[in-house]
Amino acid sequence: MKLLQLPPAELRRQLAGAGVWLRTGPFSLRVRSRIPAVAEGLTELYGQFEVRNAHEAFADFHVAVEPPASLRRWVRPQVEFSFDGMKPFRPLPRDQAFPMLEWGLNWCVSTQAHQFLIIHAAVVEKNGRAAILPAPPGSGKSTLTAGLVLSGWRLLSDELALIDRKTGLIQPLPRPVSLKNRSIDVIRAFAPDVYINRASHDTVKGTVAHMRPPRDSVRRQHEAARPGWVIFPEWKSGAPPTLTPRSRAQTFMFLAQNAFNYSHLGEDGFRVGTALIDQVDCFDFHYGELPGAIAVFDALADAGRPA
Amino acid sequence: MLPGRDLLVRTLRTPESISAFSMGDWDILVRQARAAGLLARLYHRFREHGFAAAIPDAVRWHLEAAETLANKQAVAVRWELRQIRAALGGLGAPLVALKGAAYVAADLSPAVGRLFNDIDILVPRASLPKVESALMLAGWHAAGLTDYDKRYYRRWMHEIPPLQHIERGTVIDVHHAILPDTARYHPDSAKLLDRAVAVAGMPGVYVLAPEDRILHSATHLFHDGELPHGLRDLTDLDLLLRDAAADANFWPRLAARAEELELGRPLFYALRYVRRFLDTPVPDAALAAAAASAPGHATLALMDAVFSRVLAPDHPSCADRLTRGARLAAYVRAHWLRMPPHLLLPHLFHKAFLSPAQRPPKPA
Repeated sequence: MKLLQLPPAELRRQLAGAGVWLRTGPFSLRVRSRIPAVAEGLTELYGQFEVRNAHEAFADFHVAVEPPASLRRWVRPQVEFSFDGMKPFRPLPRDQAFPMLEWGLNWCVSTQAHQFLIIHAAVVEKNGRAAILPAPPGSGKSTLTAGLVLSGWRLLSDELALIDRKTGLIQPLPRPVSLKNRSIDVIRAFAPDVYINRASHDTVKGTVAHMRPPRDSVRRQHEAARPGWVIFPEWKSGAPPTLTPRSRAQTFMFLAQNAFNYSHLGEDGFRVGTALIDQVDCFDFHYGELPGAIAVFDALADAGRPA
Repeated sequence: MLPGRDLLVRTLRTPESISAFSMGDWDILVRQARAAGLLARLYHRFREHGFAAAIPDAVRWHLEAAETLANKQAVAVRWELRQIRAALGGLGAPLVALKGAAYVAADLSPAVGRLFNDIDILVPRASLPKVESALMLAGWHAAGLTDYDKRYYRRWMHEIPPLQHIERGTVIDVHHAILPDTARYHPDSAKLLDRAVAVAGMPGVYVLAPEDRILHSATHLFHDGELPHGLRDLTDLDLLLRDAAADANFWPRLAARAEELELGRPLFYALRYVRRFLDTPVPDAALAAAAASAPGHATLALMDAVFSRVLAPDHPSCADRLTRGARLAAYVRAHWLRMPPHLLLPHLFHKAFLSPAQRPPKPA
């Protein structure tokens, strides 16, 4: 059963009680929250995801977003995230309840799921090959990711590249795409029909909103992809879209530093990382506007593996 | 009462029971084991007994990921011990690894699947100032404590404030004794250091003698007020006892050493609760001998009520309506044993009202 088939009252009842069980990519979640914005966010953004009766099933991550037990709830209401009773973050203003759930889920995956080498990067796929887009915040990574997945590329993840240690393939985790500040308007202008939820203001990342993941990406969320490229995007006003090859060795070092658990995996982290880098082409990519950038990516995907 | 309150403990005792588990049982088991820091050890137990095939696919990665982390931590702990040894190289003082660090350094049974928060070491009290300045030069410094806490450590505790490495973030607890000076019992640290055993392959690093390791682990467990990993520490004791018991003279030696070090009471509790929780094969005679140090009937009944709750994983599925009270009782009791009342009451007052605990969450 899909989440959108749950009547809203039933969803709210489950969220306030035992929790709603849902699956995203390789992970199952049980989410509890009495906060209306969380129910709303789930309905708007997770409608295509599978839900089950929480009483029967095993869940990987038991998470909650609830008001902290303090008097502040009457003054400036706050929310806090918990992972089965553990509270890794300070409480945030109540307006940020839904982004907090998203950040908390990223935290759960990146601190627990060591069956993957987990790199801080977006991943999109076309014609069977995946492009890994690692980049610091502000580089236009999310904007480019959103633009690509609205133009025929499949969304694997907007934050966490999960490299399966056994197969070397990339495991999809197609959750909502986080858009910040100006990129919210850029994507609204680029694709007026796309669904972006209500923005939360004044977060640590500025204004944040989430874009609904494409239905096809969610439907294919168990279909792993072969790594094809590592591309470092950088947005520059007015820059023509330009791909510049970069060194594999340097790229490997960057990925290792930007992996959440490279050092946890010890020798195997090195093995998985080098096996990955051996089968990809590495580029720096400058772009100034989305349509041109997407055309370059499409050409890359259509050309097959460039020499 | 929730079903499965003691699921993790039962599974540690009888790992074969997993073949009949529902997915709901697995859900509770993984959560309890994560809260207790025992996921990796549990996985090892399943494999050791040949039950790994009974683990459902959806569950397996949690156990494997914990094992990955435990293996990485074992490598990191050995490496950190070498760094500590190098930092203390010129001082000529012995460096004794305690608890988890000792199990890993000496490759003892509890090393397998052990997860760490910090590294505990013991040095002679006379060397403490030199040790601390040498560690500071090598990058370890006291971090994240209030001035009150720092003064409290310096004045009353058997260890200095935890030292955190400025780059790696690793934390060392440097002890000069295994109980505070103000405690009811005064095990002589010199006696422990005298019998410390050199670690093969790590020159200058020592671990406590087999009986002393067990007595220290028991003392730490039954005198420490906060027991987020009480069950993990109890399984350490279970494994140490099972290994040591291979030697026929072990049990009388343990009893004699406990008497010599004034640690009969913690040994009594350790033997009582490892047998009760984990079916450790403690001979009746050994338990009877330790019972000479047992408290009175009323106290013991109260201790049973407290420890049956605080030694359970700190997870909602293990709690009943008395758990919160039991944890508070254990906290106050541990402080009571460490400090005479004229020091304890002002301290608890300060902790309760002047510096409400703002400890960062400790992942298992």
